[in-house]
Amino acid sequence: MNGKNISWFGRVSLGLGFAFLYVPILILIVYSFNASKLVTVLAGFSTQWYSVLFNDDAVISSFGLSLKIALLSSTMSVVLGTIAGLVLARFGPFRGKGLFAGMISAPMVMPEVIVGLSMLLLFVELQQWFGFPAERGVLTIWVGHVTLCMAYVTVVIRSRLVEMDRSIEEAAMDLGVRPLKIFFLITLPIIAPAIASSFLLAFTLSIDDLVITAFLSGPGSTTLPQLIFSRVRLGLNPEINALATITVLVVATLVVGANRVMVKAEQRRTRLAVAT
Amino acid sequence: MVESSVHPAAGTAASKPYLQIVDVVKKFGDNTVVNHINLSISKNDIFALLGSSGCGKSTLLRMLAGMETPTSGRIILDGEDITHLAPYERPINMMFQSYALFPHMTVAQNIALGLKQDGLPRKEIDERVERMLDLVQMKKYAHRKPFQLSGGQQQRVALARSLAKRPKLLLLDEPLGALDKKLRQQTQLELVNLIDQVGVTCIMVTHDQEEAMTMACRIGIMSEGQLLQIASPGELYERPNCRFTAEFIGETNMFGGHVVEDEPDYVRVQTTELPRPVRVGHGITGTLGMPVWLSVRPERVGVSRQQPTAGGNWANGTVHDIAYLGGFSIFHVRLDTGKVVKASVPATRWREEAAPTWNEPVFVSWADTDAVVLTQ
Ligand SMILES: Nc1ncnc2c1ncn2[C@@H]1O[C@H](COP(=O)(O)OP(=O)(O)OP(=O)(O)O)[C@@H](O)[C@H]1O
Ligand SMILES: [Mg+2]
Repeated sequence: MNGKNISWFGRVSLGLGFAFLYVPILILIVYSFNASKLVTVLAGFSTQWYSVLFNDDAVISSFGLSLKIALLSSTMSVVLGTIAGLVLARFGPFRGKGLFAGMISAPMVMPEVIVGLSMLLLFVELQQWFGFPAERGVLTIWVGHVTLCMAYVTVVIRSRLVEMDRSIEEAAMDLGVRPLKIFFLITLPIIAPAIASSFLLAFTLSIDDLVITAFLSGPGSTTLPQLIFSRVRLGLNPEINALATITVLVVATLVVGANRVMVKAEQRRTRLAVAT
Repeated sequence: MVESSVHPAAGTAASKPYLQIVDVVKKFGDNTVVNHINLSISKNDIFALLGSSGCGKSTLLRMLAGMETPTSGRIILDGEDITHLAPYERPINMMFQSYALFPHMTVAQNIALGLKQDGLPRKEIDERVERMLDLVQMKKYAHRKPFQLSGGQQQRVALARSLAKRPKLLLLDEPLGALDKKLRQQTQLELVNLIDQVGVTCIMVTHDQEEAMTMACRIGIMSEGQLLQIASPGELYERPNCRFTAEFIGETNMFGGHVVEDEPDYVRVQTTELPRPVRVGHGITGTLGMPVWLSVRPERVGVSRQQPTAGGNWANGTVHDIAYLGGFSIFHVRLDTGKVVKASVPATRWREEAAPTWNEPVFVSWADTDAVVLTQ
């Protein structure tokens, strides 16, 4: 597409659209370097809020917790989601397949409030009947996040497996490789880019989840989004702006990275398709 | 089939067919895709399954490879019933239509994968991979990934991979389907030579009759899940046993009619599309008056300005169209009955006289051994 061909109307609406999306983020970044404590007053450049941030133990520990939960739940959801995707894409039509597929993707379409509330009820019941989990905390948040993330992972992996040429796996079987070995030797390396990108997707979903976390967290477990939310309720705060700026940078880096991984895989596949 | 053929004594194994497909049926739901197929193939044969798209060729091949299980029937290879063996337990290798090379492995790794499964020592694997690469002349490319190869090179890697384990039976599903026409013709004979060189029994699937006739010693014609005729290329062309085969292999002139004279060594067929009954120089198993078809290949039809003297197999008409093809021309002659007959006439025919032109009245004729009567 050539930029010269876009009409003035197109340019204006494109500009407005981008402004609507990115001006708030820009403002946030600008205010994170603001010397004044008041968010509405610009008073010169300063990095003091960053040093305040790095000395704030509550922020540091909640960030650590968020990171831990995100790593644990994206790992688990990639394992479970890959298995579910494999079952849906490879195990022919079996009884209750539609129900299975629907139930796995339900957390994606169900309002998060409902998912969070129902899981809270589940854990409360479990505690009454079995005394486990004794209290809400990392474990319960982890279970909730895995439920949510797994739905997305399953969709990504399933669609990758469906578009993958089945005869490649059949060829391996024909050469004497047993089914389980085929998965690790053939299927897994081929879908590795999809697994990597679904891991990143699950990671970002988990690390910024607020609603489900709010239902499932206990007294000792405050994640970063929860902390930010509770601080901002007390008033806008330049320290949080600094935190948000760092988050934007990290997320942008991750997105660009994931994108490059996928583009590379795509290029390889098209090159292969062209060559055949 | 006798039950004893499952466990033949070692001495008689050679005289028995190497591969036997016994009454195999495959249904997908209510859809019968392979319909009571019986087929025997002897050792080191190259057999081609030829048929139009969707007739069940690939399904039959996949049942041999073990990717599909027959609904009923048995498959016996070298005296062993393999009907219910898993694909990874069969001494059969297949070359897939899409080649199905492993995209994340190099050429050498692709070829070695099957050998590794047999637990061969590393040195022997390397040797065999080397020999396979030599065989298909791909040594230079051993460390390339499949996407760095051209279509023809990928095809050769796929072939090497399926030959590496020295299978008892090699299956080729449209082995040259992904190549362009010119490359395909070059590769056909090359492939046959390779298969002969390693001496492997081979079944290939194709819908290209030229390919089947070039490569195979026997061809099976498939239509709607049934095997209509199994014969050598020459026999299929000269003596088709049914209308489908006659029309599927090459071009032909087909006349519908019925038998008016049925003798042991000849028959006469009356058809409304020709002015007089046609005499055909072979007997048929049938009854007087039964409906039959008459097939006459275009190259058997002569075109002349003079009325043919001998026999009754001639008709008069006018030249309707001429397709000039260099070495020969195809004359489309419209008979007085309205039927258009195609005649393929070599250019050398017109040395003494000029070739007829459009709308010129001519005679078409053929010898009574040139027509074939088809009863089904
Ligand atoms: N797994 C399946 N489930 C249902 N129907 C199938 C399946 N596989 C094949 N068929 C049907 O069986 C028929 C024969 O398919 P097959 O692939 O054997 O055809 P083919 O002769 O190889 O055709 P082509 O020359 O196009 O490859 C087709 O009508 C196809 O729709
Ligand atoms: Mg096919």
